[in-house]
Formats: sequence, C-alpha cells, structure tokens
Amino acid sequence: MTARTVQFSIYRYDPDRDEKPYMQSISLELDGTERKLLDALMKLKDKDDSLSFRRSCREGVCGSDAMNINGKNGLACLTDMATIAEPIVLRPLPGLPVVRDLIVDMTQFFKQYHSIKPYLINPEHPPERERLQSPEDREELNGLYECILCACCSTACPSFWWNPDKFVGPAGLLAAYRFIADTRDEATSERLDNLEDPYRLFRCHSIMNCVDVCPKGLNPTRAIGKIKDMMVRRAV
Amino acid sequence: MSVPVRKFDAVIVGAGGAGLRAAIQLSEAGLRTAVLSKVFPTRSHTVAAQGGVAASLGNSEEDHWHWHMYDTVKGSDWLGDQDAIEFMCRKANEVVIELEHYGMPFDRLDSGKIYQRPFGGHMSNFGEKPVRRSCAAADRTGHAMLHAMYQRNVKANTQFFIEWMALDLIRDEEGDVVGVTAMEMETGEVFVFHAKAVLFATGGAGRIYHSSTNAFINTGDGVGMAARAGIPLEDMEFWQFHPTGVAGAGVLITEGVRGEGGILRNADGERFMERYAPNAKDLASRDVVSRAMVTEINEGRGCGPNKDHVMLDITHLDPATIMKRLPGIREIGIQFAGVDAIKEQLPVVPTCHYQMGGIPTNYNGEVVVPKDGNMSAPVRGFYAAGECACASVHGANRLGTNSLLDLLVFGKSSGESMVEYIKAQPAAHKPLPANAADFSLSRLNRLNTQTGGAAVGETRLAMQRTMQKHCGVFRFKDMLAEGVSRICEIQKMAATTEIRDKSNVFNTARLEALELDNLIEVARATIVSANARTESRGAHVRDDAPDTPERPNGRDDSTWLKHTLWHRDGDRLEYKPVNMNPLTVESIALKTRAY
Repeated sequence: MTARTVQFSIYRYDPDRDEKPYMQSISLELDGTERKLLDALMKLKDKDDSLSFRRSCREGVCGSDAMNINGKNGLACLTDMATIAEPIVLRPLPGLPVVRDLIVDMTQFFKQYHSIKPYLINPEHPPERERLQSPEDREELNGLYECILCACCSTACPSFWWNPDKFVGPAGLLAAYRFIADTRDEATSERLDNLEDPYRLFRCHSIMNCVDVCPKGLNPTRAIGKIKDMMVRRAV
Repeated sequence: MSVPVRKFDAVIVGAGGAGLRAAIQLSEAGLRTAVLSKVFPTRSHTVAAQGGVAASLGNSEEDHWHWHMYDTVKGSDWLGDQDAIEFMCRKANEVVIELEHYGMPFDRLDSGKIYQRPFGGHMSNFGEKPVRRSCAAADRTGHAMLHAMYQRNVKANTQFFIEWMALDLIRDEEGDVVGVTAMEMETGEVFVFHAKAVLFATGGAGRIYHSSTNAFINTGDGVGMAARAGIPLEDMEFWQFHPTGVAGAGVLITEGVRGEGGILRNADGERFMERYAPNAKDLASRDVVSRAMVTEINEGRGCGPNKDHVMLDITHLDPATIMKRLPGIREIGIQFAGVDAIKEQLPVVPTCHYQMGGIPTNYNGEVVVPKDGNMSAPVRGFYAAGECACASVHGANRLGTNSLLDLLVFGKSSGESMVEYIKAQPAAHKPLPANAADFSLSRLNRLNTQTGGAAVGETRLAMQRTMQKHCGVFRFKDMLAEGVSRICEIQKMAATTEIRDKSNVFNTARLEALELDNLIEVARATIVSANARTESRGAHVRDDAPDTPERPNGRDDSTWLKHTLWHRDGDRLEYKPVNMNPLTVESIALKTRAY
C-alpha cells in the first residue's frame, strides 16, 4: 500500500457548457487501496463531481462502466491499477453518440439486441414441470448466456462503426446464437431468416476485436461462425 | 410550477427482479404500464445474485414446501409472518418453473431436471439435515434470472423509461397513491407519472454501510420516498451481514461455495463452525455464521497480518467441479483477492448484504399501514415488492436463496393484485393534487442553489462509517444510543449538501445527492429501531441481551415478538403483532433456534 501519483487524460464534454469535447489532464494521489480503475475514478469524482460515468455493481456483472481505456474497450471495475500504463487515457466507447464525458447513448446498441428477438420462442404449451434438457445440451449455452450487454465488443467492431443501423453487431449475434443453440427454442429457421441479409450477419469479417475486448472472456466470433455455418448448410 | 404529466394505468419503479416480474404480469394483462429505472434493467442488482433460488422441487432428493416453510420461520427467528411465509414457499415451484419456461438457463441434472444444491439453513424433515433446494445456474443465478425476465418483457412489449430516477411518491388528500415524480437523467427534466397504481420495486439500501456487497445503486430510493410520504418502515433494525464478502473489497462470494463443500477456517486452520453449529456446520444460517466469524476474529484467531478475516477453503474440491459450478467465484477471487481458489484459500469477512425490513406489505404486495385501529390497512394504489418491501417473510434473518424467491413470488403477486385493482377502478384516474410536483421541485431547487453546504461524498462516508461502527454484526447499548445522535447530526448535513455540478445533462452529482436523501432516511430508521429493540433476535444481537438459560440467544418473546414500525415524523415507534397463523397448516411454535 504505497502512495503514488498517477496521470489521467480524460475525455470531457458537457453539451450544457462546452462548445466541443476536450481531453483533460488530471493527476491523482493514490494511497494504494485503489485496486481497480473504478476505485480511482470514484476518487477523482470526489474531487470533481462533474466527472460523469456510469457504474453500479463494481464487480463486472452489471456492464455499466464500459469505456475505452488506453485505446482498448474494457470495464473500469475489472481493470487493475497496479499494471495499467500511464497516462491513463479514458474515452467513451467509440462509435456511439456521446451524452456526456464517458457516458454514451446506447440506443442503437440495444435496438440491435432487441432486433434478434432475444427471448425463448416455443409455441407449444409448456409442460406442468420444467422442460427437460440434458446437461450436455445445457452446456451448449455456456459462453453465450453470460453476456452482460456492456457493449465493449460491438463498439470495438469496425463493421458496427460503419453500419450500426444495419449490422447486428457481435453482442446481438452472440445473443441470437444463444437462442439458436438452446434445445428448448423452436424458432431456429425464423431466427436464421431474420439474419439472412447482406448486412445483419454477413458484415462480420472475423476481425475478432470483439473477442479481444470481451471482459467476460466470451467469443462472439465463434458464435457468428456457427450461425454462418448453419446458413450455408441450409442453403445446400 | 407545472410540469409535464404522463398518464398510465400502472407505474413500476425499479426494473430488478421484482419490478420485471410484476411488469410481465401487467403487460401480459394488456394494461398501460410504465417501468422506471435509474439503470438499464439488466444492470439492476439482482444481476449480482449468485447461488440460487429456493424451491422444494425435490429434483435430487425428497423435499416439501412445508419443510421449506419451517426453515424460513426458524431462519427468521420467528419474526416472519407465517401466512406470507407459507404463501411464498407454496408458490416457489410455480414461479421457478415459469422462469424455466421463460428460458432461464438453469444447470441440469442427468435426468434433465433443474440442478439443485444445498444452502445455509435449508434442511429436510423440519430441520434434520441439509437438503438440496437451491435451483442454480452455475454461480450466476441472478444474472441468468434477470436477463430471462428482461427478455420476457421485451417479448411482452413492456414500456421502459430507462435512466429515469423517481423522486417522490404522490398521494392525494385521502392518502391514496396516484403517481410519482421522476427525472429523466439525460435532460434533468422532471415529469409527473399519473397512475392508478404504483409499485415500488426499488431494492435495498445496503450502501448505508461502509462495507457492503451491494452495488452503488442500492440506495433505498423507494424506502426513502415512502418514508417522506408518511409511510412507516417495518423492522429496519434487521440487516443481514453475509459471511463471505471478499476481505477489503466487499465483493460477494456465494454461500453456494459452502453448499458445494467449501469450509471456513481460522488462523489455526480449524473448521471452527463445528463448534458453533455442530449439525449444520458451515451451512448454518447466515447470522449464525457471521457472528461465529467475528467471534473468531475478536478472540485473536483471525487470519492475515491484521488478523481481521478468516479463510474460505475449496482447495479440496475437484477443480472440474469448481470450473463447472463456481466459475464466477474463481474469477472474483482472481480479480478482487489476487487468489486462485483452486489452489489457495479465499480471505473473507462478514459484509452488509441485505435489508430484511422495508415498506410494510401483505403477501398480496399491498402496502399496509396502521389506520383507525387496523394495524394493516392497505394504502389504496400503493404496492411494494422485493428487497424494498417487508411482507414479512425474512423476519430477523433471511435464508440464502429466499431473496430471489421473494422477488419472484411477490413480484408476481403484487402484479396480479394491481391488475385486479386497476380493472375494478373507474375509467378515469383519480385527480392529481394541485401541487403534485412541488415537493420534488423544491428539493431540486435547494440542490441547485445551496451554498456553504457539505459535500455529498463526505456526508455519505460519515453516515456509512457511523452505521458500520454503531450498528454492525454485534451491537452495543451505548454505541447504539450514541449512533442515533450521530446519524441525526449527519442528517442535518445531508439536508444542506452542496454540489458543484449544475449541468442539466446526465448530472450524476445531483443523482448522488438525491440518493443520499434516501439513504439517510434508511440509516435513521435502522439505528432508531435498533436502539429501541432491547433483545437479541436473528441478525440483531446486543451486548445487553446476552444468551442466558432463561433467555436462550437473548431472545425475549414476551416483550419483543412484534414488528417495529418506524415513523419518520418525530422518530415515533409503534409495534404490530407477528402473524403466527399460516394459511392452511398449523402454526410453527416458538422454539430456541440452534443449528
């Protein structure tokens, strides 16, 4: 627990006050108790209450505090202060409109998530008890259902930057495959139809930025590849 | 001053588990429903629940709702209302099966049925031995559940107002609830939401304590709003300290770790729970385990250079089991303790976790207050569910996995009650009072013009440190009394907080000041209620009410088998009887609590 001073460079923009965005240089005294970047940000906010960012669970499950950290998307609450390079450059997630400082407007991101019908579809009347599913079939959902909708992946994806209104993006496609892979879901062909389009699915060029940044270690590219395989298989 | 008005059949404040479950009920009934949430729904704190949801499905071994009911009454140290507890335990299978039908990815047994694991205080055959009752999705049950319910709401086309902060409850001259005021965070604009029925599903206020497993957003907004609107708060002295928060960081480590075979050890490596709970051992009820841990630490058997925590050991478990059943815990250990739980023990310490008390309701989710001699008269148009509410099923101590069950059962029942109530109302809304938004606007105006006041962060920290020191796992007569006057002083500071940020765009400084207004109400209700209750029961244990042969565990049923009701107006306390009468079965008689 040693005291030290760290340098920040933080994107600031308050449309109520600023004509345009700017990068603010700030130094902060740490006492060594700040394990994560979010701890340091909270300390900065104590000094300047106008610094604006989202945060909630501080343990990497709610997905609120996604931001661009030293050029790479990640969660502030899972970023170690001990190993982070200085100056710590913080920007809002790229490609989405900025509301204020590190807070972006996520409407487009959620619109794409909603577009894949992110809910179980099974027209049959459900049984009185649980639908049965084997442990092996359930395991197919691992690596898919854990997504926290933080948007690190989609806002790291050049295809999403170019076509946020047309390309579903890695988070939405991961969710699409989560339902395709679920043995309880009966809408696979409807789901594939929904993605059969030059943009919605096929704008993914396997750049794999999504895999690189996912704070939960998920692999949207692999899920997208599986959907593409299914498209090909049903075409032949 | 007039503000824009939006009209709905129903308004739900909060989009965590309880709010989302109620919203499904209202949306599917075709009612015009607005769900207000200060965060995107899947960021609500339900997402952080780990170990599971209780239901006596009996998928691995024989189980029965009546055994679950017995465990819950015993866990509550007999302060829970037995009608509500029977209702919850009987409904458990139904609401868990519904979740599965919504698509929740529960873990599975080889039979294809939902996987169930043991959990603290859940026993078979009226307290005999631990039973597998907790239905789990690895150690991410809350996440899986919250997402499944959000997804069901997407299907039902529920109308969400995301990143809207509710400010105050609106009651008319008769005391009926007719809406809320709320602020759109992105613009700072205030609106009135005019409704026939309002549900508070705003969660707990674990952030009144300095060391908490709770998210930053858990600021007791509904509880604070209710208190300001003249609704008394029930049993606020009862707070759960979860045995296993990561030492230093506060992040939760699920009891499911002990359910899967984890063991608590002191500095000598001893499995000390064998001495405190010879039968249930590490799976005793949370209040019992937390007190045992603090006793070990106080008696010098704590671990680490400061001897201020104990160790949670799963190194004897098969790494494959850990990766399959507790993958999130391994991640948390690595992230927040720098420890790989497969190879090393995790440093843990009791950490504030759950608010057992709250807005008084019955098992239909109706908010009930004393009126004309009736101690439980419904407030027309007002409902509450989940952690902000007190039904009361948890009494003086909640069992693990009963919180997720609570929000499902009472989210659903309050939704059903609201549908029924709204359909029985005339087509036209009851009129709004003329000054509906004035109170909220004056609070905002005060914040915008305040000078020479205390900083929000500093005031909040003073409150949190006071609550931690004066109203923690063990409570002391003198410390409680001193704590009451300190919290009153801090409340004066909170009334004059000053923010420097005056922007209208997503002003988080203003939000934190408004949240502090709610937190301080909760802190005050807690410490005043705790100071007055001169017995030990469940999570409330005082030095002047020790364990004696005449009064085992310091519990005093002759005087204190009753619910506290704290009124904000003058810190007035009154009490109402515990409902010892279940709906269909015999009353579970008072007994000394031992595990």
